[in-house]
Amino acid sequence: MRALLLRDLRIATRAGGGFGLGLAFFLIVVVLVPFGVGAETATLRLIAPGILWVGALLAALLTLDRLFALDWEDGSLALIATSPAPLEGVALLKALAHWLTTGLPLTLAAPLLGVLLNLAPEAYPWLVASLLVGTPALSVIGTFGAALTVGLRRGGLLLSLLVLPLYVPTLIFGAEAVRRGADGGATALALMGGITLGALALLPFAAAAALRVNLR
Amino acid sequence: MSLWDYANPRKFLAVTTPLLPWLAAASALLVGSSLIWGFFFTPEAERFGSTVKIIYLHVPAALMAINAWLMMLVASLIWLVRRHHVSALAAKAAAPVGVTMTLIALATGAIWGQPTWGTWWVWDPRLTSFLILFLFYLGYIALWEAIEDPDTAADLTSVLCMVGSVFAILSRYAVRFWNQGLHQGTSVPVATGGRTVADVYFIPLAIGMVGFGVLFVWLVLLRTGSEIRARRTRALLARARRMPPVPLATEREA
Repeated sequence: MRALLLRDLRIATRAGGGFGLGLAFFLIVVVLVPFGVGAETATLRLIAPGILWVGALLAALLTLDRLFALDWEDGSLALIATSPAPLEGVALLKALAHWLTTGLPLTLAAPLLGVLLNLAPEAYPWLVASLLVGTPALSVIGTFGAALTVGLRRGGLLLSLLVLPLYVPTLIFGAEAVRRGADGGATALALMGGITLGALALLPFAAAAALRVNLR
Repeated sequence: MSLWDYANPRKFLAVTTPLLPWLAAASALLVGSSLIWGFFFTPEAERFGSTVKIIYLHVPAALMAINAWLMMLVASLIWLVRRHHVSALAAKAAAPVGVTMTLIALATGAIWGQPTWGTWWVWDPRLTSFLILFLFYLGYIALWEAIEDPDTAADLTSVLCMVGSVFAILSRYAVRFWNQGLHQGTSVPVATGGRTVADVYFIPLAIGMVGFGVLFVWLVLLRTGSEIRARRTRALLARARRMPPVPLATEREA
């Protein structure tokens, strides 16, 4: 299992692995928004929590279709499935690898990008905390979506259609936590934590079931 | 003789095909009488004027939009547990009907909201939940369309339907946390038994709700039957292709 995780991390960080891709996409989304809505600092401050969350979400989405696709194409997914490691564990591990290469860097980069959007000073800890709690849910929901669409030749667009509605609760609670801050943000954070834990506990089973169907 | 006997496609077709014209007539009668009664023979509400009459389309459509998803969930579970093909096909057949109901509810809501709330669309919890439900329907249908092997498609869409149901409910509560809205509470609360709609409006509305239910059953049975026949045709064609080609009369002469 550890070898599998290390292998995934190595593939992701290698050239062409798409490690920096999500981060760069996040940066570009955040830079483009002021061009779209105007450079008014008050407006930017108002919409910063939402933009940062939507940007992080889209960046996480961008790298999802690589999650199983490469292993599927060269046949290693079938090998992994026949190994003694349970497929549920493999799905969880894939989600963890995705989070380490996407969610964690996004969380670390978000405060820097918050400066660009003139985020309120007291919102920074809430931004980091909400992304830290919420991005694992994005990864594990995405793993389920990727497992559903792995056998399809052009599954990328379908993947986003399937996964984006599933992201709605996480997005709502995440952005609300940042927007409300000390005044009610803790509730949103706790509810989002519940979603993350529930997704972590249950979705690997759904993802493994989908993988088994696709490998049949 | 148990309920599961009807999972046999031949038996299913034999039972449902003669029922179809009756169901069609019943739904036409019920929906038609509800609409005509509602539109022409009810008094205008004092505050809303005639706009309130859209309720006879809006409420039954919204009701069936949710119930269609529920039916798909039950059918998906039956497919996953008992592997009855008719069940999977019924879930597939219900999705386009459900998405149409959702669209009707959203469109009539917007048409009603414009004169009443002064806006076509607000990010109200109920409206937003319905929009999210619409997206779930789209994803479900797209997944069915994208996968070629029918059994794989049935398995994967069933899993998606189950996960989607949980997230649809989560979204509903998340959205309420996010924004308290304009939409009034339910007019016909089933749990408490009381209602906020006067009898003059309620009777045609109830007929409409039953009518939309029958309409849904009719459409799903019809579509399931055509799915079964389409699959049979495909199997026959595949068998014909595998057999050695029989030379045509003209070729034989030449």
